Amino acid sequence: MGSTNSTLSKIPNVEELMQETGFTPAHIVRLYDRFEALDKEKTGHLRPQDFGAINRLAMNPIGDRIIGAFFSPGQETVDFHSFVRILAHFRPADKKHPKDPSMPEPVNSRTSKLKFAFQLYDQDKDGKISRAELLQVLRSMLEMQVTEEQLESIADRTIQEADLDKDDAISFEEFRKSLEKVNIDHKMSIRFLR
Amino acid sequence: MSVRVALHSPTGSRSFLERGLLLLVMLIFLEGTVLTLGAASSPDISAQDNTGGGHDRRDDHRGIAGSHEHTNYTYTKKAFPVLSLDYHHIQVPFEISLWVLLASLMKLGFHLIPRLSSIVPESCLLIVVGLLVGGLIKLAGEEVPPVLDSNLFFLCLLPPIILDAGYFLPIRPFMENIGTILMFAVVGTLWNAFFVGGLLYAVCQIEGTYLSQVELLPCLLFGSIISAVDPVAVLAVFEEIHINELLHILVFGESLLNDAVTVVLYHLFEEYSGAGEVTPMDVVLGVICFLIVSLGGIAVGAIYGILAAFTSRFTSHTRVIEPLFVFVYSYMAYLSAEMFHLSGIMALIACGAVMRPYVEANISHKSHTTVKYFLKMWSSVSETLIFIFLGVATVAGPHAWNWTFVSVTVILCLVSRVIGVVGLTFIINKFRIVKLTTKDQFIVAYGGLRGAIAFSLGYLLDKDLFPMRTMFLTAIITEIFFTVFVQGMTIKPLVDLLAVKKKQEAKRSINEEIHTQFLDHLLTGIEDICGHYGHHHWKDKLNRFNKKYIKKCLIAGERYKEPQLIAFYHKMEFKQAIELVESGGGVKLPSAMPSQVSMQNIQPKKLPPAVAERALPQFTKGREEEIRKILRSNLQKTRQRLRSYNRHTLVADPFEDGWNDFLLKKQRMIELEKKMTEMSNYLTVPAAPPDSPTMCRARLASDPNAFYNIKASSEGVPTIQVDLASPQSPDSVNMLNEFSKRGATDQGLGQREGATRDEDQGLMMKPSSAGKVEKGEEDGGNKNPGLMRCLSDPGPSNEDEEDEPFLP
Repeated sequence: MGSTNSTLSKIPNVEELMQETGFTPAHIVRLYDRFEALDKEKTGHLRPQDFGAINRLAMNPIGDRIIGAFFSPGQETVDFHSFVRILAHFRPADKKHPKDPSMPEPVNSRTSKLKFAFQLYDQDKDGKISRAELLQVLRSMLEMQVTEEQLESIADRTIQEADLDKDDAISFEEFRKSLEKVNIDHKMSIRFLR
Repeated sequence: MSVRVALHSPTGSRSFLERGLLLLVMLIFLEGTVLTLGAASSPDISAQDNTGGGHDRRDDHRGIAGSHEHTNYTYTKKAFPVLSLDYHHIQVPFEISLWVLLASLMKLGFHLIPRLSSIVPESCLLIVVGLLVGGLIKLAGEEVPPVLDSNLFFLCLLPPIILDAGYFLPIRPFMENIGTILMFAVVGTLWNAFFVGGLLYAVCQIEGTYLSQVELLPCLLFGSIISAVDPVAVLAVFEEIHINELLHILVFGESLLNDAVTVVLYHLFEEYSGAGEVTPMDVVLGVICFLIVSLGGIAVGAIYGILAAFTSRFTSHTRVIEPLFVFVYSYMAYLSAEMFHLSGIMALIACGAVMRPYVEANISHKSHTTVKYFLKMWSSVSETLIFIFLGVATVAGPHAWNWTFVSVTVILCLVSRVIGVVGLTFIINKFRIVKLTTKDQFIVAYGGLRGAIAFSLGYLLDKDLFPMRTMFLTAIITEIFFTVFVQGMTIKPLVDLLAVKKKQEAKRSINEEIHTQFLDHLLTGIEDICGHYGHHHWKDKLNRFNKKYIKKCLIAGERYKEPQLIAFYHKMEFKQAIELVESGGGVKLPSAMPSQVSMQNIQPKKLPPAVAERALPQFTKGREEEIRKILRSNLQKTRQRLRSYNRHTLVADPFEDGWNDFLLKKQRMIELEKKMTEMSNYLTVPAAPPDSPTMCRARLASDPNAFYNIKASSEGVPTIQVDLASPQSPDSVNMLNEFSKRGATDQGLGQREGATRDEDQGLMMKPSSAGKVEKGEEDGGNKNPGLMRCLSDPGPSNEDEEDEPFLP
């Protein structure tokens, strides 16, 4: 379509982006429109305030974590490429993708999705979800409706259940193992991003 | 009875004898049933002839006596009847009870013969039994009673099954696949109905089949009756094959939701069969009718569900009748929907699904167990009865066998089902994230069983309007038999052969729960960022609305604030606590304890080894000896109920909400366990042997209130004492007192803490110690054989239903 092509031409390195993330041109266009809608000041970058302007996101208990995930450490802004790359995690997995060991893991594979989620838990990026981090997540999810002791009990129990090497923290492997029964492809995919 | 003794013998050589005896008992019972029912039906028939009413012998007597009185006022004195037989007085309830008893005994019998029940699904066996009973009645020369009367079926037999299904419907997978389910239910059934009906008509028009008098509309009506997948049959068969959740919910959901389509098509064609033609206007009206029937049914169900939830908010003082509200409101929803010719099944499902989260938050745990067991019991008996009646009706009903019609029906049903499923899946897969594979499609197609609903609908047809009714009935019965027997029996081996994914038995861990919620929030956030109003967005909105407004209205007390995660966590903790106690607390029982309790009907729960290891306390050998001595001396007073336990159950409810205290307790316990591991000198104690009375504790699973009856107001020293039937030896009394004086640790857990007792005194707080002592008392008392009021609990195996979070 004409409009698609014209929009696509506005985006630099769009071919590379499409190949990396697996989005179709129609998707890229849609995401670009959304990006522009969020970027109210038309700077070509998104800042945390732009994300914060989304009302519903403010109500989300882990909203700030999600926003934080878009920004690489140290960076203040998000350009379109990073925006798309992060969202590519939520593309439904391609079943027909041939397992080519030489190619890097596709960004929307089960492992990548889990890793993304893991990073949201693990704010200090040490590769483990410590008890304190878990408590933080629980606190934000349970929105102050429970007492501190209850939170601690839950955290204790969670770590007890998942922690196999007894280091009182949940590593990525343990995280992955505890979610082996959950259909991550289904849970972490947005149909929109087909 | 000799039979029971024989049944208990494990030796193989006597198994033949057992089976023979069992069959003999069954046959005798059947014969008795037959004669009773046969004898009952003939006076029935004669009763129908006379309009005057009442031909009982009693009435005859009265009539005679009355006539005597009228005519000559002379009272002929008879001998006073010391013993008289008056069957008609109790005839109807007696027959009903007899049928129910027959059904239950059959069910019992099948499970005693394990080899049989693993090859043949229960439904088949039950139909065979029905055939036998019907055959016997016929042989006895009596007329077979028309047992599968449509009224009886639709008003009494079907609702319990549907309510059971609706109340325990796993909402999350159902909603996730609702699009697929609706496609199969609506479009699939329409396709089936028209394909079968149309092609049958075409076949009927062929010369030489002698069927040319069957017109188009009756054919279409027949098609719509036969094309509906039956929930009863699906449930009965799928229960036993343990297929994975997705397929189960697809087929089962379809069978439930196609009721609306069936109702509309049935009424449409029935109405216009007289007129002989259907105009396009009628078709439009039909579509509108369908929307009204389905949405109206759901609305009626939802209204009653909300009423029930609201009522349950106020039942905290009358816990005993709580289950009744669940049942009565649901039944009324069904009846109200049927009154308006809306879809009763959908009303029932909606009622159950809507009411469940709120009712479960309000009612006591005992009521919840009651509801669960009653529903399972009723639906089980209903299902059994339905299949037996199907068998009886097969023998009874007038049949008009027509080779062409019947065989074409069977073939067409299969073909249309396969084409329908394949075609629809092709379209559906374009919209699904997790696609349906060929294997899935095969199972969905093969699992489309027909059942008693089709038969009852056929039975309802008017004899005059539909002269070919008997032929239809014959064809319906044949189709039902074909699907239930052939498909039902072969689906299990096929599932194994095709290596279809089976149901995962494990329960959700708290990790899964937390992470799933986390991911839900994450996806909602991402959807918001994309500006996409997707699945998660609406779910989140619904949850918020629910939390803000609805829960406040419908949930009693402060519990509406309780987040779902906490509720789930409590459930898990509670379950672990029970497992903890079941593991025996670690003390080895002296073998001299006579087991006063019948262990036959208790199946010990499998302990996850992790729990067992974690739960087992460790303490010094010397201390262990001491404890054993104490216990032995105390526990020799047998035959006593654990009064402390009973007392708590009486005051169960006010303390039901002592979650916080319990959690505190638990936390202390975990800390203590940590301390334990620091002890260098410890002894692991093996878990109690499975046949120990501690297993009786499992029965107390129905009564968790005991755990939480922390006497928050207890003054320091816990006052729980084991009321011993006979006087205790002085030293044991002293030990008890010593324990109670310590307050903090002893009894149950105190025994385990041993050397760290002193430290623990500082740790323990009074309320929690009271709680702990209770638990310990229960542990100590549990070792007392013969005291357990063991509620035998074969119970339904779907324990994981309880783990379903309140809201998806």
